[in-house]
Amino acid sequence: MDGPSIHRAISRIARQIAKGQHHPGDLVLVGIQTGGVRLANHLAGRIRDLLGHEIPVGELDVTMHRDDLDQRLAPPVHATKIPVDITGKTVLLVDDVLFSGRTTRAALDALNDFGRPRRTQLAVLIDRGHRELPIMADFVGKSVTTAQDDRVEVEASESDGWARVTLHTAQHSSGSNP
Amino acid sequence: MTWTRKDLLDIQSLSLEEITTVLDTASAFKAVGQRVIKKVPALRGKSVVNLFVEPSTRTRISFEVAAQRLSADVINFTTEASSLKKGETLKDTALNLQALNADFIIIRHSAAGAPHFLSRVLNAHVINAGDGAHEHPTQALLDAFTIREKKGRISGLNVTILGDILYSRVARSNIWAMRKLGANVTLCGPPTLVPRAFEQMGCRVTSDINAAIGDADVINLLRIQHERQRKTMFPSLTEYTSLFGLTKARLADLRPDALIMHPGPINRGVEIDSEVADGSRSVILEQVANGLAVRMAALFLVNGGRGPQEVDADRTAALAA
Repeated sequence: MDGPSIHRAISRIARQIAKGQHHPGDLVLVGIQTGGVRLANHLAGRIRDLLGHEIPVGELDVTMHRDDLDQRLAPPVHATKIPVDITGKTVLLVDDVLFSGRTTRAALDALNDFGRPRRTQLAVLIDRGHRELPIMADFVGKSVTTAQDDRVEVEASESDGWARVTLHTAQHSSGSNP
Repeated sequence: MTWTRKDLLDIQSLSLEEITTVLDTASAFKAVGQRVIKKVPALRGKSVVNLFVEPSTRTRISFEVAAQRLSADVINFTTEASSLKKGETLKDTALNLQALNADFIIIRHSAAGAPHFLSRVLNAHVINAGDGAHEHPTQALLDAFTIREKKGRISGLNVTILGDILYSRVARSNIWAMRKLGANVTLCGPPTLVPRAFEQMGCRVTSDINAAIGDADVINLLRIQHERQRKTMFPSLTEYTSLFGLTKARLADLRPDALIMHPGPINRGVEIDSEVADGSRSVILEQVANGLAVRMAALFLVNGGRGPQEVDADRTAALAA
């Protein structure tokens, strides 16, 4: 997936999100650290153009809510900034890749500590399947068929650009463009 | 940035990267304390034992609150009400605590090296909360965190540590931390309490307070440790105050942006005047608040670290596979 097709996917998701809001003034975007933050900011810009008003954007680090802290070295902890009270709002969680669903589960828990949204939704750039929890995204840029041990890499370039999404297959690490 | 250690025993053995990892992690945990719900589930189901064989209020409560904010259960252990009074060895006490499923042991002990000893005999994570006059690593880390937060950097700053250096574990941990982080360290106090030997740790040593405080960006005051002094190291407290106390009159000699720090408990009128301790340049209470974030970070990081026993077990399993 190259830069222009990523931009097209983001624009399409933005239109779907804008159309689906009954109370557009109550929408808050929250990007999951680290991959979701950039996407959330980008999406918020597109939605602002469509709805005509600023959309608040937050950043959420889910490290402290992970369920695998005992099985690994302590992961780096990033900032969490939720700029508005989310109680009663529509919170759109944003992540770059949806895989096992465990990060989303941790994000839902983490969000609980900040308030009780009226509704929580999920937008992702890539859905690569292999869910380990009953979680699905409301908005998907592209669904990709992968093997369990493949690796999906979303690369952003400097400036506003999205460079590419690459699927690294487990067998041969050379990589291919899906 | 990675942390692989099972324990936090001292600053001396930490690399600059490891110190920076603790400080960065602490920043994230400080933000947790500003939320409506100040608790995260990172250590849910874990037990933390405060094994304080020497008295403490600040550090023990700080570790207790830190553990609770990470959702761990906390058991407080005091020597007075324990079998240590009946002659049980430290090792046996600690092994018993581990048998009761203690995952973390926070130890304060009057013997230097006690935490290092426990780290060798226990699988539980060990954090040094002060061992004799040796080290008090979380205090140095919270001091570094406070300086970095206030000044934006530590490298190149002039840091003066004033008071009882000889008997102070806070001084030793701070000297290691400040030197590794690139600060210029000056030690000042009565020659009996600030021997020249400390120059070998890369510090400037002086008994002239005016030379020590005039160009200091940070002044870290230390309490006179009555309990560790076997003989009188200076003629009188009054003389100490007049020669080395940070008095109201001396405030005028400080840089306007100098930070005044103290690990507590403070002796008002001895090493510091009330006007100084409560003044605008004092960050003493912010140090206490930051201590919470630093101790949360320490617990969180060592939880992911593994000891040699577990690494060996992994290696054996990998070879068998």
